[in-house]
Parts: sequence; C-alpha cells; structure tokens
Amino acid sequence: MNSIDATIAEKGLMSSEMGSERTLYPYVTGTSVIGIKYKDGILMAADMGGSYGSTLRYKSVERLKPIGKHSLIGASGEISDFQEILRYLDELILYDNMWDDGNSLGPKEVHNYLTRVMYNRRNKFNPLWNSLVLGGVKNGQKYLGTVSMIGVHFEDNHIATGFGNHLARPILRKEWHENLSFEDGVKLLEKCMRVLLYRDRSAVNKLQIAKITEEGVTISQPYSLKTFWGFSAFQNPTKGAEGSW
Amino acid sequence: MSKAVVDLPPKGGFSFDLCRRNEMLISKGVHPPSFRKTGTTIVGLVFKDGVILGADTRATEGPIVCDKNCEKIHYIAPNIYCCGAGTAADTEAVTDMVSSQLQLHRYHTGRESRVITALTLLKSHLFSYQGYVSAALVLGGVDITGPHLHTIYPHGSTDTLPFATMGSGSLAAMAVFESKFREGLTREEGIELVCEAICSGIFNDLGSGSNVDVCVITKGHKEYLRNHQMPNPRTYVSSKGYTFPKGLTEVLTTKITPLKEKVEVIEGNDAMEE
Repeated sequence: MNSIDATIAEKGLMSSEMGSERTLYPYVTGTSVIGIKYKDGILMAADMGGSYGSTLRYKSVERLKPIGKHSLIGASGEISDFQEILRYLDELILYDNMWDDGNSLGPKEVHNYLTRVMYNRRNKFNPLWNSLVLGGVKNGQKYLGTVSMIGVHFEDNHIATGFGNHLARPILRKEWHENLSFEDGVKLLEKCMRVLLYRDRSAVNKLQIAKITEEGVTISQPYSLKTFWGFSAFQNPTKGAEGSW
Repeated sequence: MSKAVVDLPPKGGFSFDLCRRNEMLISKGVHPPSFRKTGTTIVGLVFKDGVILGADTRATEGPIVCDKNCEKIHYIAPNIYCCGAGTAADTEAVTDMVSSQLQLHRYHTGRESRVITALTLLKSHLFSYQGYVSAALVLGGVDITGPHLHTIYPHGSTDTLPFATMGSGSLAAMAVFESKFREGLTREEGIELVCEAICSGIFNDLGSGSNVDVCVITKGHKEYLRNHQMPNPRTYVSSKGYTFPKGLTEVLTTKITPLKEKVEVIEGNDAMEE
C-alpha cells in the first residue's frame, strides 16, 4: 500500500506543472439530506434531483443507499464523488464479510472510515465534494452522524446538509424530541422537505424516505409532496398598487 | 483647472466620481472603514384585521454586538411602519426621509397616507442609488385600500406578499412561516407566529439576538410592543451585589491641581477701544 501511495504522490508533484488534477468545483450536484433519530432507529429524507449547474438534469438520482446490514448513507454534493464513495464502502463491507467472523461493521465504524477518507482527501487538496449523512442501528444503539467535504464530523439527534442547514435545522431544533413515532418522524421530515421545496431552487418535488431499524433498511418508493399556492395575495399581487410588481 | 462652460444643475442619484479613487486606494491596501450592520431577522405577516411586523434587537459591527437592544421597527406614518435590515445608518436615514416626505404629502392632500406611496418613494430612492444604499426593508401598514405588506430590496425591487422575512436570519424565520402560516390568522395567533419566527432567527442565526419587538397595525389603530418577548435574560446576577465602599482602594499619591487660575484684570483702554 505504501509504495503505491508514494508513486501517486510523486506523480502528483510532477504533474502539477502540466495542470491541476484536483477537484475545483462540483458539476452534477444533489441538494440537502435530512436525518433524524426516532423511536426505532433512524429516518432519512432526500429528494431525487441531480442538478447540472442551474439545470435540473437528472430527476431519478437515488441519494440514499444502505451500507452493510446496519447503516444507511445519504449524500449531497457531487454525485460522481458519491458513487466513488459507494465503491469504497462496497469494498470495505466486502472485506469485512470475507473475515466471516460473525462481526459486522456498524454505523459508528463506517462513519469513522468515511471521516478518515474525507479528511485525507482534503489534506491532499483533492476533496470528495460531498456532505454525507450516516445513520444506523446496531445492538439497539442508534447512531446518526455527518461528515463534510473538509472532514468536519459530528453526531447528533438530527442532521441536515446543504440548504437544510439554514431552513430545516431551526424546525428540527424546535420540534424534534426523543421517541418520535414513525408517523410523527415522517411528518417532521416532510415538513422540512416542504420548506426546502418552496425555498431551495435546486430542490425537486420527488423524494424518498429511508428508514433503518434493528431489522434492516427500507427505502420508500419516490413520491411527491402536496404544496399550497392558494394565498389570496398570490391571486392578484398588484391589487391596490397597479403598475408595481 | 478649466472651468466648465455650462454649469449643470446638481442631479439626484449616485455620483460615481470617487469610485476610481476608491479602487486605487483598495489596490494600494487601504481598507475602507467598516460600517455598523444590523445582521438581522425581520418579518411581517398579514392577518385577519391588518399587518403584524416583527424584528430582533441586535446590531452588529462585524463580529461584535454593538447595540443589544436597538429599534429596528421604524415609524413612517401613523398607519405605516417599516422594519429595516442592512446598514443601520441607511435604514434610519431612508425611513426618516420618506416619513417626512409623507407628512408633507398628508398636509398637502389632507388624507391618510397609503402604503404604496411609501413603497414607491422608497423604491425609487433606492434604485437611483443602484444598491449602494444598503437597506432591505419590510414595509407594512393598513390604509383605506386595506392591509398591505411589501419587501424592498437594496437595489430597488419590491414584492407584495402575505408573509415576508428579510435579513441574515430570514431563512430560519421563513422556515417557521412556510410550515405554519395560513390565511385569516387572529391577532393572538399572528403575534405568536411572528414571535416564533423571530425567536427562530434569534437562536439559529448569529447575526440576530436579544429581544423580540412586535408592531400590530389594524384599521385606525396601531400597537408598538417594544420588547414583547425577552428570551435572553441575564441569568447570573451576583447575589453579593457590586458595592465599592470608600477606602477599598489604596491611595498611593495625591496631587491637587486647581483648574481655575487667578486672572488679573488690568484696567486699560487701548485694546478694545474701537
């Protein structure tokens, strides 16, 4: 392993004259992911949009994926980097299964692995341009954490990435409480996703909700939220002020 | 220095004369003086009988809180109030200016001022200054045509909305509004929703803090509830108190300088004769 890394490092130093080979900006991006702990495990929600700059290019991108038996990952940011991360995790889980020792990697371990990967890439000035949400249940212990593209990681009772930081976090801080039932949890996530749909320009009205409990992972079929546009002020905005907008 | 042949009358709007000098100074490394911003959460909503405006009370100068309890809801007319976010001096000056223009207009027409009059005056002033007057306003009031709520951006664009938020805490407050607003709220429900939105800004945004100011405007009546909620009280007060009795400080040296000097007046006629 060490020798391969050394040659890559040398190549990096030498090729810096030819041109930069680092990620400078993301191209196809996913928007926010929200996760909460509830009574039986973790609930996560993400929409299915992949934006190419200001165009909504892909409308069926699955940004929530199960990892091993105990974890669920959600990603916002560059979609290609997310696919790369899924390959790394696939390899990790495969090696773990090959040990065949009855032990399996839990969410805490996967979170730690992801933190190391993201931080090391950032130190090489070649980040994986993602904000990840990692949730899972193992042996009755619920775990929900996040890693950003620069390696900032922490765990909490509720997590939001991207625009969700500004729009969903205030709602979650106010309305999350221990031992939410499944229905209440979904209602809370839908409330946050609805606000994001109204106010985030890169959101699409097609979302998936994923649930992970001790039994396993369930990712729902894609569905849309109902929105309300019937305010009387929207019917005739210039009433009483003709000529203005 | 040649004198211009035709003296042009001074026109309104921004004078771009000093922009080249400013750019040159910045390239030489001279930093422009920083200004006091209000880094704010301001909201407004239309309820059954009128308009409710709300604002936090923190004014910041960069990372420092310079005023813990400032007033961000400005008076425009007896039936029109305006919340201001952005540079404190700009919001104060522009709302004062429009307020006095409206008062003169009221004397001239003999009628109650309308919200769209204030809107047009503010919008055209801000547009002519091309965004350099950094004032983002939430204007609300009730006039003869009904309740109105508008937002005005520093470049001069406006929106007419049933509920609005501006300032750095606007996303936190908007999250509350988008999930809880409905038409036809009662006064109590409206005030509670406004307070909840401002508190969301106070606790989730670093540029907003301290207390909640609320202003309720209905037909023919207005209520300015200053510090309606104070969710950030001083939690520790020393029980012993802060007394400094005389004799607590040790005196090292004493030097007394009389301030009034003895002045001698000489009776002379020369100096101030004429």
